[in-house]
Amino acid sequence: MADDETIGARLQQRGISRRTFLKFCTAMTSLLALPPTMAAEMADKLAQTKRPPVLWLPFQECTGCLESITRSDTVTLEHLIFDLISLDYQHTLMAAAGSAAEAARNHVVKTMPGEYLVIIDGSVPVGNAGYGTIAGVSFYDVLMETVSGAAAIINVGTCSSFGGIPRANPNPTGAMPVTDLVKDKPIINVPGCPPIPVVITGVLAHYLTFGVVPELDELHRPKAFFGETIHDRCYRRPFYDQGKFAKTFDDEGARNGWCLYELGCKGPVTYNACATLKWNEGTSFPIESGHGCIGCASPDFWDRGSFYTPIAADTWHNGAAIGAAAIAGAAIGVGVATVARKRQGKITKTPGKIPPS
Amino acid sequence: MYGADLLEFARGPAIQGSLIILVAGILWRLTGILFLPRKADHSQPREAIAARISGGLGNIVKRSWPYAPFAKRVGYSDTISYTFHIGLAIVVFFYQPHILFIKSITGLSWPALPNSVIYVSGVVTLAALIAMIVRRMSHPVLRLLSNFDDYFSWFVTTAPIITGLMAVAHFGGRYETLLAIHILSIALLFIWLPFGKLMHTFLFAISRATEGAAFARKGAKS
Repeated sequence: MADDETIGARLQQRGISRRTFLKFCTAMTSLLALPPTMAAEMADKLAQTKRPPVLWLPFQECTGCLESITRSDTVTLEHLIFDLISLDYQHTLMAAAGSAAEAARNHVVKTMPGEYLVIIDGSVPVGNAGYGTIAGVSFYDVLMETVSGAAAIINVGTCSSFGGIPRANPNPTGAMPVTDLVKDKPIINVPGCPPIPVVITGVLAHYLTFGVVPELDELHRPKAFFGETIHDRCYRRPFYDQGKFAKTFDDEGARNGWCLYELGCKGPVTYNACATLKWNEGTSFPIESGHGCIGCASPDFWDRGSFYTPIAADTWHNGAAIGAAAIAGAAIGVGVATVARKRQGKITKTPGKIPPS
Repeated sequence: MYGADLLEFARGPAIQGSLIILVAGILWRLTGILFLPRKADHSQPREAIAARISGGLGNIVKRSWPYAPFAKRVGYSDTISYTFHIGLAIVVFFYQPHILFIKSITGLSWPALPNSVIYVSGVVTLAALIAMIVRRMSHPVLRLLSNFDDYFSWFVTTAPIITGLMAVAHFGGRYETLLAIHILSIALLFIWLPFGKLMHTFLFAISRATEGAAFARKGAKS
């Protein structure tokens, strides 16, 4: 439960040195593209800030987003975040269950309006209330009740940000992203399937330091992390510029690290920080492992054609339709020429008289 | 509309619809012209059929170069025309994304040129197209001869070059939005091509060959 303990006191209690904390703040300011001088200011502000209560609502999700954070790596960077906040409600992580768990959520909602943050992973089914419930209450009602007093909402993952896989065609549950349901609260989308853990950390650090949401794009994504395409920062980009492309996943080009554009990589139209922050302690990211980007941080990525169709390709290609168009065009041309021939024949037979068109 | 939605529309129904119009329009124009009635020529041919065929084919090549007495007068426009036609061909047929687009429709592909070559070609092509329209608008005779078809054909040819360079440079918007606009500008080019002066893409060879064959029949050198 949230308390009056400051983040600084909490860190001290956990034996985290100021040096380690400063390193964390330096990393955060760098990630958020803030001036380096902001690191010390962030450290001071965070240390004096009270740990805000956070309610984490899991809806139609696979728990991959939570796995991403909790199992990210052993470096304290991501784990530090749990010292920055007081995580008061999270089904998978909390010891309490049933009515005790719901009581914790209700307590925060009723006693700390305007003070708590809500993190959401998973989309919300609106087709039928029975598709998703918590303690007999529909996901939609849980969402609306919980966010009513929220200071801000952070959508973690593509499902809560844009609907994700639950919203994929034919969207049997009527899944909707939180952004489409809640209009009166500051919302930060951190999409990805799953999202990069340090991006979540960075967003929280920014909010706790400055008390406002970071600069967002039109899809509510923090520009610091989603301002550039993966393609622009990809280590394979020089091969794209040289016109060197892997043709298959196991050819010489693929082994030499050539661009995966021809194999359907969606890096050129996907905004995320995978190519710079990477995964597993900065080890690699999917393209580095030999597979093209599937655009998991983009809206409706599941329904935008095959993962293996190049972006430049015609996605509606229908050879039969084009063949029919050719036949129809030729038929019209022959028809027009036939009419012209008949007309000319009449003119030839009756010189001096032009038949009406 | 989100940029990716626009891109999906451009890559799907827009380009597919424009391709249908392009193919139907080209076939319509070509068959319509080829099947037109021709006046019978009852004169005795001066040359045999083989010479008429070679005269027709030869004229396609001969008309590609300026007639010597006029070389000085047409040198500027010919140079600009060649520059943008060659530049356009390099950009259209040797840029990897374009090859992939053609491959997705025809199944045919070939090696691409490095992007740096494509970018330079694109800029040179654009410069030549601008020089061309400036000449058309500033030359008193050309201006009188020009009509909507000339200006619109120039516009639909130039728009894909400009939007393509903007997409490559990420200038003026997000990449997916610029790419969608680029594809939509190509769709516009496809729709207009069969019905305006851009149909010369296909008709230039037919008209030159017809003229060359007619000259050869009469024993004249084209």
